[in-house]
Amino acid sequence: MRLAGRIVRTLVAALALPTVLLALWWVLTADSESYYLPPLSEILADVDDVWLRSDRLSVDVAPSLLRLTGGFLLAVLLGVALGVAIGSSRRLRAFCEPVLEFLRAIPPPVLVPVLMLFAGIGDAMKVLVIVSGCLWPILLNTVEGVRAVDEVLVETSRCYGVRGPARLWHLVVRSASPQIVTGMRQGLSIGIILMVISEMFAASNGLGFSIIQFQRTFAVTEMWTGILLLGLLGFLLATLMRLFERHVLNWYFGLRQAQRGGSR
Amino acid sequence: MSAMSQTRTEAGTRTEALLDVRAVRKVYEGQGRSVEAVRDLTFSVARGDLVCVVGPSGAGKTTLLKCIAGLLAPTAGEVVLDGEPVDGPPPGMAVVFQEYGRSLFPWMTVRKNVELPLKQKKLPKARRAELVHQALSAVGLDDVHGAYPWQLSGGMQQRVAIARAIAYEPHILLMDEPFAAVDAQTRADLEDLVRSLWQRLGVTTLFVTHDIDEAVYLGQRVLVLSSSPTVVLDDVTIDLPAQRDQLTTRASTRFTELRGHVFAQIQRAKRHSGASVAG
Amino acid sequence: MTTPSTLAAPARQSRAGRRAGGNLLLGGLGFATFLLLMEAVPRAGIVSQEYLPPLSRITGALAELATEAAFWTALGDTVRGWFLGLAIAVTLGVAVGFVVGTVPVLREFTASTIEFLRPIPSVALIPLAVLVFGTDLRSVLLLVGYAAFWQVLVQVLYGVQDVDPVAAETARTFGLGRWARIRYVTWPTALPYVLTGVRLAAAVALILAITAELVIGAPGLGNEIGVAQSGGAVARMYALVVVTGLLGVAVNALARRLERWLLSWHPSLRREAAA
Repeated sequence: MRLAGRIVRTLVAALALPTVLLALWWVLTADSESYYLPPLSEILADVDDVWLRSDRLSVDVAPSLLRLTGGFLLAVLLGVALGVAIGSSRRLRAFCEPVLEFLRAIPPPVLVPVLMLFAGIGDAMKVLVIVSGCLWPILLNTVEGVRAVDEVLVETSRCYGVRGPARLWHLVVRSASPQIVTGMRQGLSIGIILMVISEMFAASNGLGFSIIQFQRTFAVTEMWTGILLLGLLGFLLATLMRLFERHVLNWYFGLRQAQRGGSR
Repeated sequence: MSAMSQTRTEAGTRTEALLDVRAVRKVYEGQGRSVEAVRDLTFSVARGDLVCVVGPSGAGKTTLLKCIAGLLAPTAGEVVLDGEPVDGPPPGMAVVFQEYGRSLFPWMTVRKNVELPLKQKKLPKARRAELVHQALSAVGLDDVHGAYPWQLSGGMQQRVAIARAIAYEPHILLMDEPFAAVDAQTRADLEDLVRSLWQRLGVTTLFVTHDIDEAVYLGQRVLVLSSSPTVVLDDVTIDLPAQRDQLTTRASTRFTELRGHVFAQIQRAKRHSGASVAG
Repeated sequence: MTTPSTLAAPARQSRAGRRAGGNLLLGGLGFATFLLLMEAVPRAGIVSQEYLPPLSRITGALAELATEAAFWTALGDTVRGWFLGLAIAVTLGVAVGFVVGTVPVLREFTASTIEFLRPIPSVALIPLAVLVFGTDLRSVLLLVGYAAFWQVLVQVLYGVQDVDPVAAETARTFGLGRWARIRYVTWPTALPYVLTGVRLAAAVALILAITAELVIGAPGLGNEIGVAQSGGAVARMYALVVVTGLLGVAVNALARRLERWLLSWHPSLRREAAA
C-alpha cells in the first residue's frame, strides 16, 4: 500500500507542473490574436500536417539526424583516440597543451563559415563542423580521465601481464570512462547546436533549414511546430545519452555510493 | 662461471633458491633531494617456502617488494627469480596489494577480475572457468561471482584479490601488507586462509607486514628489516609446528619467545636509527 | 658499483627540478610548431591559399583590424552581449536554484520540468528571437541567457543538495534560523558549485553570443565573420576567428581566476591547505 502511495506521489510530482504549464499555455493563447503567439491548439494541430503527413521526416529530419550521428561518433572515436595518446604521455601533453587551450577556446559556430570554404555547403561541411565542435570536450575530458588512472590499478595490470590492447581497453579507457562520458554529454549538446546552425547558415534541407524557412516566410504556426520538434529532439537525445550513461557507468555510480556510505 | 656454480652448490645443500635478492639498493630522486629507502638487502627464498618480511613502518618494505615485483628498478644490485634477472614484472608472479579497494577493477565483476589475467595468459575458456571457480571456492567466495568488488566488504575484497593471485598459478606469490586495512577478526580469518592455501598449493610466498605477531604466526622464516635506509637485521627460523591455529599457537611459549626476539630486534633497529639521526 | 649511482644522483635531481620549466619549453615548442605549420602548409600548396591563407597574411589582417574603429565596436558588442546575458543567467540561476533547492516540495515538483527544458537547444529559439526582437541586442540576450541559465541552475541545485546533513542538523540544534542556515551552511557549501556553474556558463554564453551574431546578424564579431566570409575576405575572416579564440581563452582564464580568488576565502580550501 505504502509503495503504491509513493509511486502515485512520484507520478503526480513529475506530471503536475508540466500539465499546469501546458494548460496555461493552452488557455492563455486560446483566443490569441497575437501574430507571434498562435493558439497552442493550432500549433499542435499543425504538427500533423507539417511533419507527419509530409515527407519532411525523411527529407529534413533524417538527414539532420544522420549528420549529427555521424559527426558525433567520429568525434568520439577521434577524441578518445587522441585523448588516450595525449593523456598517456607527459611530454606529448606538455607539447600539445597550449595549442589545445587555444583551439578549444574558439567558439565552434565560427567554424561554419571557415569549413564552408573547404567543403562547400554539403553534408561533408556539416559533419566536419559537428566533428570539430564535439571533439574538444571529449578530447580534453579523456586526457583528464587518462591522467587520473589509479596508480595501484596500473601496477596490478603490469603484474598480471595485462598489456597492449587489453590494457588500453580494460584499464585506460574503462577507467577514464566517467570523464569520457561527461565529455560526450557536453559534446552532444554542442553538436545539436552546430547541426541546427550549420543548416540555418547554409543548407538546402534539414531541421534547422526548414525552421528558418518558416520564419522567413512568416509561417509562424509552422515555425512553432519546428521549435517544439527541435526541443523534443534535444530532450530525446539527452535521455538517450543518460540511458547510455546509466548503462556504461553503472559500476561508477555504485562505487561512489559505496564509498560515501562507508567511512572511507 | 665459478661464482655461479658456487651459488648452485650452496643452494643445493639447503633447498633450491627460487628468489635471490642480491645487494639491492634503492634511492629515490625527489624535488631537490634524494632519499635512500633501501641501503643493502641480500637474502634468498627457497622454493615452496613461506617467508615473512617484517620491519618498522617506513622501513622501505613496499620499495623492496616493488623491486622484487619488477615494478621498480633498483638503483644497484639485482633480483633474480628462477635464475632470470628481474627487469619488469616476471610472468610467473602474482601480487596481492594492501589497497584492495584500488587493486580490483571496479568496472568488472568478481569473476571477470579473477579471469582477466588468465585471458592475458591465453588460457582456453573452459580452463579459465575451472580456475576461476576453484580459486573463488578456495577463498570461500562461492556465491559472489557476479557481484562487483565494491559491493563486498573489505575482507571479501581482499579474498577476491587472493583468489585472482592463486588462479594465476604463480611460482611465487608476493603479498604487500595485505591485511593492514581490515578489522582484527577478518584479519585472523585471512591469516588462516593464507596459511592453509600455502599448505595446500605449496606456492612460494613472500609476505610483507609491519605486524610482528602476524609475521611469526604465518612464516616459516621471518626476515627482520631495519628502519630506512634498510638492511636485513636478522633472519629468524620459525620452528613452530606446521599445523597452527589462532588460539593455541599464539598462546604457546615458543610463539611468545620468537615474538619477543623479533620485537627486541625491531626495537633495537628503531633505537639505532634514532641514535644515528641524533648523531 | 656505488660510484656511478652517486654520480647520477645530482643530475637526476636537477632534472626533476627542471620539469616545470621543461613543460613550458615543450609547450612553447608545440605552439611554435603549430604557427609554423599554419604558415608552411598553405605556402607549400598542401591547402589552397584561397581557403587557408598563410599565417603572415592572417596576422597582417589582424594588424589591419586593430586600426579599425568598427572592429573595436564589434568586439565591444560581443563582449557586452556575452556579459549581460551571462549576468542575467547567473542572477536568475542562483536565485531560482536556491529557492527550489532549499524547499524540498518545490524541488520534487520542478524536477521533471527542469529535466525537460534543460536539454532544449537554445538555437531552437533563434527564429522566435528574430521574429520578436529582430537583430536587436535582446535577441542575443534571449539566446545567451537561456543557454547559460541552465548551466548555473543545475550546478546550484547540486550544490544546495550537497550540504552535509550533519552540519545542517547541527545548525538547527544551535537554533540558527532559516536565513542564518542559508547564509552560514548552505551558501558556503554551494559556492564552489555556483562558481563551476559560472565558469561553464561563461563558455556557453560566448558560444551563443557569437552564434546569435553569426546566424541572426546581430552586431558583433560573429556578424563580422559572416560579412567577411560572404565578401571573400578570407584572411580577414581568419583574423576574426583568431580574435574569437583569444576572447575564449580570456573568458576561460577570467572564470578560472574568479573561481580561485573567491574560493581562496572558502573554508573548504583553507582547511585543505592547512592539512
